[in-house]
Amino acid sequence: MMAKAHVTTTINGDPVEFLCDVEQTLLDVLRDELHLTGSKEGCASGDCGACSVVVDGRLVCACLMLGVEAQGHSVETIEGMATGDRLHPLQTKFLEHAALQCGVCTPGFLVAAKSLLDRNPDPTETEVRYWLAGNLCRCTGYDKIVRAVLDAAAEMRGATA
Amino acid sequence: MTDGSQEKANGATRWIGTRPVRPDGVDKVTGRARFGADVHLPNMLVGKVLRSPHAHARLKSIDTTRARSLPGVKAVVTRDDFEDLPSEFVPAGEMLVNYRDIVRNVMAREKVLYEGHPVAAVAAVGERAAKEALDLIEVGYEVLPHVMDVEEAMAPDAPLLHEDMITAGVEPAPETPSNVAKVVEFGHGDVEAGFAEADVMVEREFRTRPVHQGYIEPHSCVASFSEDGQAELWCTTQGHFIVRGHCAKLLGMEVSRLRVTASEIGGGFGGKTVVYLEPLALMLSRKSGNPVKMTMSREEVFRASGPAPGTCIRVRVGVRRDGRITAGEAELKYQAGAFQGSPVQLGCMCAFAPYDLENVKVTGYDVVANRPKATAYRAPGAPQSEFAVESVIDELAKAIGMDPVALRLKNAAKEGTRAAYGPTFGPVGLVETLEAAGAHEHYRARLAPGQGRGVASGFWFNIGGETCANLNLGEDGTIALVAGTPDIGGSRAALCLQAAEALGVDVETIRPLIADTSSLGYTFLTGGSRTAFASGMAVIEASKDMIGQLCERAAKIWDIPVDAVEWVEGEARPAGANAGEFESLPLADLAGLAGKTGGPIVGRAQINAQGAGPSFGTHVVDVDVDRETGRVEILRYTVIQDAGKAVHPDYVEGQMQGGAVQGIGWALNEEYVYDENGRLENPGFLDYRIPVCSDVPMIDTVIVEVPNPTHPYGVRGVGETPIIPPMAAIANAVEGALGIRFTDLPMSPPRVLKALDEARLPEAAD
Amino acid sequence: MRYEAPESVGEVVSLLAGDGPRGRVLAGGTDLLVQLRAGMIAPDVIIDIKGIGETREIRENGDVLVVGAAVTGAELGEHATARAMWPGVVEALELIGSTQIQGRASLAGNLCNASPAADTVPALIAAAATCTVAGPSGTRNVPVEDVCTGPGQLSLGDGEFVVAFELPKPPPRSADAYLRFIPRTEMDIAVVGAGVSLSLDEDGWCTAARVTLGAVAPTAILVEEAGAALIGTGCGDAAIEATAAAARAACRPIDDKRGTAEYRTKVAGVLAARAARTAVERARNA
Repeated sequence: MMAKAHVTTTINGDPVEFLCDVEQTLLDVLRDELHLTGSKEGCASGDCGACSVVVDGRLVCACLMLGVEAQGHSVETIEGMATGDRLHPLQTKFLEHAALQCGVCTPGFLVAAKSLLDRNPDPTETEVRYWLAGNLCRCTGYDKIVRAVLDAAAEMRGATA
Repeated sequence: MTDGSQEKANGATRWIGTRPVRPDGVDKVTGRARFGADVHLPNMLVGKVLRSPHAHARLKSIDTTRARSLPGVKAVVTRDDFEDLPSEFVPAGEMLVNYRDIVRNVMAREKVLYEGHPVAAVAAVGERAAKEALDLIEVGYEVLPHVMDVEEAMAPDAPLLHEDMITAGVEPAPETPSNVAKVVEFGHGDVEAGFAEADVMVEREFRTRPVHQGYIEPHSCVASFSEDGQAELWCTTQGHFIVRGHCAKLLGMEVSRLRVTASEIGGGFGGKTVVYLEPLALMLSRKSGNPVKMTMSREEVFRASGPAPGTCIRVRVGVRRDGRITAGEAELKYQAGAFQGSPVQLGCMCAFAPYDLENVKVTGYDVVANRPKATAYRAPGAPQSEFAVESVIDELAKAIGMDPVALRLKNAAKEGTRAAYGPTFGPVGLVETLEAAGAHEHYRARLAPGQGRGVASGFWFNIGGETCANLNLGEDGTIALVAGTPDIGGSRAALCLQAAEALGVDVETIRPLIADTSSLGYTFLTGGSRTAFASGMAVIEASKDMIGQLCERAAKIWDIPVDAVEWVEGEARPAGANAGEFESLPLADLAGLAGKTGGPIVGRAQINAQGAGPSFGTHVVDVDVDRETGRVEILRYTVIQDAGKAVHPDYVEGQMQGGAVQGIGWALNEEYVYDENGRLENPGFLDYRIPVCSDVPMIDTVIVEVPNPTHPYGVRGVGETPIIPPMAAIANAVEGALGIRFTDLPMSPPRVLKALDEARLPEAAD
Repeated sequence: MRYEAPESVGEVVSLLAGDGPRGRVLAGGTDLLVQLRAGMIAPDVIIDIKGIGETREIRENGDVLVVGAAVTGAELGEHATARAMWPGVVEALELIGSTQIQGRASLAGNLCNASPAADTVPALIAAAATCTVAGPSGTRNVPVEDVCTGPGQLSLGDGEFVVAFELPKPPPRSADAYLRFIPRTEMDIAVVGAGVSLSLDEDGWCTAARVTLGAVAPTAILVEEAGAALIGTGCGDAAIEATAAAARAACRPIDDKRGTAEYRTKVAGVLAARAARTAVERARNA
């Protein structure tokens, strides 16, 4: 059997080392090796966005990246979104707007929405909808999610103004 | 002793109707919440299923020798590991399942009946070994002709799935077997006499394709068997008590030896009311002695779970010029999939339920075909039949020149209407939703040229059923609310609000928990839109039980009769001047004194909730159609629905919005594509196209509240009704835009363009 | 299976040549990982080319814009020069998948996956793009239309891989456009794609035009007749309709789960016309 690869990376700001098989995706590694199960597997083919993470500032599907590719890079997951006991404004707005029902797509939506607001603090509804088109939600019909993102953006603009 | 909950039914409420943050919310926005696949146990094995590549074949042999000898493989199970079970129907959601079929669906016995049908399962140390082991299992198949389509399956020369299946519900019983499992009939009056009175009659045939529930979380479970025959199971399910029952039956266990914990559930919509992996994981764990985790891939979810049935439906309705419907008739043929038990009966019962008809007749056929066994999907059976009827109603309105809302109002079912399926309605809110639709700004807004507007209504029964709930009073006066219905969309919040209302305490003092099957009495599943209603009723009953105990304690402290104590706004007070002068005792004080006044206080309820009020809804939709590509765009959408009483309006709106968008997917793009060998060609979210965020506009909502008299606060289930009207509303809107009536779903671009081209041909010839 | 992350073109070539057909190049991985997971491919070695500078850069080099093989959709979309020069190519890459896919998907991956429905290939062919192919006998420049020979099939030899693309700087009053049809608004594979690249003279007459189609034949196709229908015209309705007709006539599609041959043929004409109108509009404003 092939020896596992040794990978040194940064996850949510912390240095992390892990061993993995080459065929393991970053999502497999996060979930099965590091037990960071906030990133979800809905499809394993990049079609649902439930495993959205940010790698070196880019939003990607963790299921479409090999674990070994994380070597030397920086990965941000849902587990790193809140600061200490303070939720990110998007997390707060998702709760206030009831922008989740079952909640399994929620981590992916939050990571994706944060990546949008990091780039575009004042998106239109259409921009939000297209940015989030790779995140499937079967429960909400998207309405409350879009409202929560727009409201969080407004609040964050106010906070930074 | 009296309590405040009844008085508040018609008066102001403090908590019902408010929108607090859900108690499980933070876990779900931080990734902390544990869903089905998030459980890891020491020494856990990976379980995998070998599935049939054939749609229909006799299973001649299964040789697992090589797989079992592969290093790392700890257990292999096949049909030989499960005892056969006799025919016995048991409820699963609103539908019935048969143990004889379940044992065959989780593991094929004599034959494989659909592509993806399990034939073996393995447990191994790690993903790689488990996959390799599957490749080493040798299966001898004798491939048989297959049949996919419901009408083809009904043909006399169709390949038979079950050689011994004699159609039930036909007198005299047929002498030869067929793929028709059952014929059902509902109705009253004389439809032919009714049609004779009609000025205009429309008869149409409709076809709908199977659609998948499309929950984002695949099925997943972890089973752990111990050497003394006890087992634990963690799984994503809408009903862990149902899972316990099915698994115990299939494994020959006593239910007390199997403890099932429902994980957080990543969507279900009816699709997680049955067992697939759970009995296999338990059997693998029993054989290996290790915990076993099994998770379906998305592809397995599509090939082997769900769907809602494809249908062929003929509808005939007659109407007088004044708009009175004189008769309605329908014939419904539903695909059950590999085993009997499509929701055709429910489809029959709902088809004409929105209308007050003197003459109505509905006949349904439950037909097996070489597809996965149909599973409940949000109002199972109703979206298809009501799509057909609501399309015909629209056509009739046009034919007699009447506004479609007015036509519906003229014939709307109301309190006292005898439904086509038998019972007489109590207070129901169809008229109110129609009036709200007609008065809505959306319904009057001007359409641009080429756009179309459609309207349609929908009906769903809702159910109650066996339900337990406990309220454990802590020593500081806060409360643990223990329920048995998995929270699939915010029901913890709805239950806490009802308890807070009944107890008169701050909702934040109540923390909910979904108990495992050993920690609470039997509780039926989350389904049938029953959770806010039935678990709500149980919680209210448990609150009353607790209030009774609290009043007794206060009576004891004050040394007065318990009748002289009343519970008001979360505290015990002397009931009137004659009871004596005492300082009122708040809940927290009574909780703190519980040890000295008789011991711990637990409010309990075990009920069989009856009187779930039906919910009606009416949807309005505007569309535009790209005439060159056939793509339909949803421009505006409004959902109006009777919630009885919206406990947490955000989550009621969420149900309305989510159901509508599922309906949009069903109407426009969702369908299974099979090749000529009965193999699914689109088993993924890439080509099974559920709506994405940019496909839809905001979904406006109007909550109508016609209280359900059997619930203390008037609650009706709301979850299922919203998926019923969209297909007809959109078809009606497309008809408005193009003048073309679509009777086949989905109205996908190729189908729409083809119809447009056919409609253009006569024009071109002019 | 091994994973290698070489830092030079030469290392990739020797790894590929050494392992022959058992090596697979990894850029964004958005197709490769899906195929790995599905068991469609089982390479001995995965060669990640993202550590090689040439595959990651966008630079102007004389008369061409060079776009590295592994440049992602998100990166190309943020590149103002690329957007201004070849908006159709950029929009084609940006159409692929979701924002998440955009964080990884590359031009070379889209080309070398060799799907007839690839979005960027018709746009690249319309743009007369070439690719720089490195191999055991050095580097060669290959027109994009010569790379795919059929579904899943490439003309690249053993040890060869695409390092970068070269997009010629367009003459004045030139523009391109790419459109595809999908049933939803996002996330689907093209049922049909159409690319148009054209140049106008000072009076608005079309002097050059290339019209391409995707998902209507085993590979993306350049429809000479459709381009010819525009050249020498003012790109009015009649010329556009002639382009659409030529596009329809060139279609040799199949029926599959994503669309019927009949539907694809009709929509190919529609998209060719729409893309042509957009390209004309852009060229007039260029």
